[in-house]
Amino acid sequence: MNHLVILPILVPLLGASLSLFVEHRRYGPRVQRAVAWTAMAALFASVLLLFARTADGAAMVYLVGDWPSRLGIALVADRLSAWMLLTTVLLAVGCLMHACSGWDRRAPHFHALFQFQLVGLNGAFLTGDIFNLFVFFEVMLIASYGLLLSGGRGLRMRIGLHYVVFNVTASTLFLIALGLLYASLGSLNMAELSQRIAEVPPSHLVLVKATMGLLLLVFCAKAALMPLYLWLPESYARAPAAVAALFAIMTKVGLYAVLRVQSLWFGDEAGAMAGYGRDWLLWAGVATLVLGGLGVLAAVRLRVLISYLVVISAATLFIAFSLGNQQVLAAGLYYLPHSTFVAAALFLIADLIRRRRGGASDRKEIIAPMPGKETPAVLFLIAAVSIAGLPPLSGFLAKAALLQGVPAGLTAPVWIAVLGSSLLVIMGLARAGIRLFWRVPAAEPDAPKPRKAPTRRIELLAACVLLLYGIGMTVFAAPLLRHADAIASDLLQPSGYVEQVRGTPPEIRQP
Amino acid sequence: MELALASAIGVLTMLGVYLLLRARSFDVILGMTFLSYATNLLIFSGGRLVQGKAPVLKEGLDSNLGNYTDPLPQALVLTAIVIAFAMTAVSIVLAIRSRSDNHSDHVDAHEPDEGSPPRRDEDHA
Repeated sequence: MNHLVILPILVPLLGASLSLFVEHRRYGPRVQRAVAWTAMAALFASVLLLFARTADGAAMVYLVGDWPSRLGIALVADRLSAWMLLTTVLLAVGCLMHACSGWDRRAPHFHALFQFQLVGLNGAFLTGDIFNLFVFFEVMLIASYGLLLSGGRGLRMRIGLHYVVFNVTASTLFLIALGLLYASLGSLNMAELSQRIAEVPPSHLVLVKATMGLLLLVFCAKAALMPLYLWLPESYARAPAAVAALFAIMTKVGLYAVLRVQSLWFGDEAGAMAGYGRDWLLWAGVATLVLGGLGVLAAVRLRVLISYLVVISAATLFIAFSLGNQQVLAAGLYYLPHSTFVAAALFLIADLIRRRRGGASDRKEIIAPMPGKETPAVLFLIAAVSIAGLPPLSGFLAKAALLQGVPAGLTAPVWIAVLGSSLLVIMGLARAGIRLFWRVPAAEPDAPKPRKAPTRRIELLAACVLLLYGIGMTVFAAPLLRHADAIASDLLQPSGYVEQVRGTPPEIRQP
Repeated sequence: MELALASAIGVLTMLGVYLLLRARSFDVILGMTFLSYATNLLIFSGGRLVQGKAPVLKEGLDSNLGNYTDPLPQALVLTAIVIAFAMTAVSIVLAIRSRSDNHSDHVDAHEPDEGSPPRRDEDHA
């Protein structure tokens, strides 16, 4: 059995445990960071290997505990999983760089929690059974509570309580759905279920439909679809910069789950369940786009604005994934890493801006001087162009590919929603840029020079790295889009994945 | 037995939802706990209700579901219990901290008749 598949989970798990050992003051930040970066390098290597191994389209199946896949825990790595893993790791590199500029010393247990968060994210992308998806969701969320709240106080505790209660309730619904799913279909392996769903007797159909509806609801809550996104802007805007940047991938986990479930369970072979929930998701996505665009216009603080951009990117992806033809899916898969990287970069840039403006923080309505504004302004411009979807950066390519593939009957509403929200985003970002960078009071000649906020080079570097990913995605757009297209064709014909998972026998145990 | 279990799940869920919608953080946490109990019972019943049969293999008994109760939901429940327990602990700590920082155990961290919440920005700590 090939143990490569489990490495992206094991490596950060080990890294997290080691980080706990070197947390004592006696070791100092240098050792902690060395451990964190070693774990990150090992993770990066394993994910790259996995990406290369799965690039030809074969799914790699790993039976944890050596039970047959319909009974036990199975990890499956296919092209989609590898794509998501690579996105996660690339993003995590940028976040860790930013955190190493000083936040990791102020937040207790930062490195351990960060690695645990990676365990949860990677596990969610690798798991082949739906109960384990729940478990890795929880690992991810528990780590995220720690990351969000560690080193915080006051108002952040209130936001944290809302975030925790919302997510625990969503997880409870997830569990209820899983209980019903097992009761009605008798397995929790996603590939096995894809076979059983096609054979559901009509008497059970209502129960199965309700269960699936509950599952989709939970995923939409995690992915911040209307009306379930209300928790997101406040909690992301209050999170420390490096953590907010890492959270940019968390909504994508919900999207990944929707995509996987749609592909395996609601595909064309699913009989009565074919295309289940697709229309709902499409129209909810359109509505979320509109509301997100208005949120961008209305946001007073820059970080709330960026949080609404995260909502908008999730909504765009919902539209792409629920239209269900290959070209749009591929465009969505290309849009996913792009939007993650740029949103993360924007959170880091907002942190640079906030600290240069002193007491005015990132509030747009306060006009305040900003010493050393050139670098953040340029970075903000690049990120804004990219996320708004203006040429020549990756956002434009993704949105253009998406709009081209929209089926004829839906052109009008989808184009209006996507382009309209882009317009609102451009307006919102332009207003923010003008207020933050241009409308600054002229410095009086005899006034004492404002104290320059200390900026470490690595913070700038972290934002630059995340933006460079986007530029790299623009330069290598053709091979990336081709790969995304291959993933999309896998998703539309899931039989290869299903057969691979169901056909993998245990090695030691007799089946 | 079915009736007892089903009504237990129903009552627990009702309690949980009611408490979850209340405005005090302690009530909310209790509500979450009740909901998780209801969920655990629901998952447990997903393996069908069987009396007097073990979930582990015994010598001399054919290994099919006629002789045993389904072990998988029990394993699932165990996982769910552990996670719910941990989540309850986290939320209690969080609620206590929020109360001591914001001087209120209202979920919005201020009493509804006091007007707007305290605008203390902790960013500049």
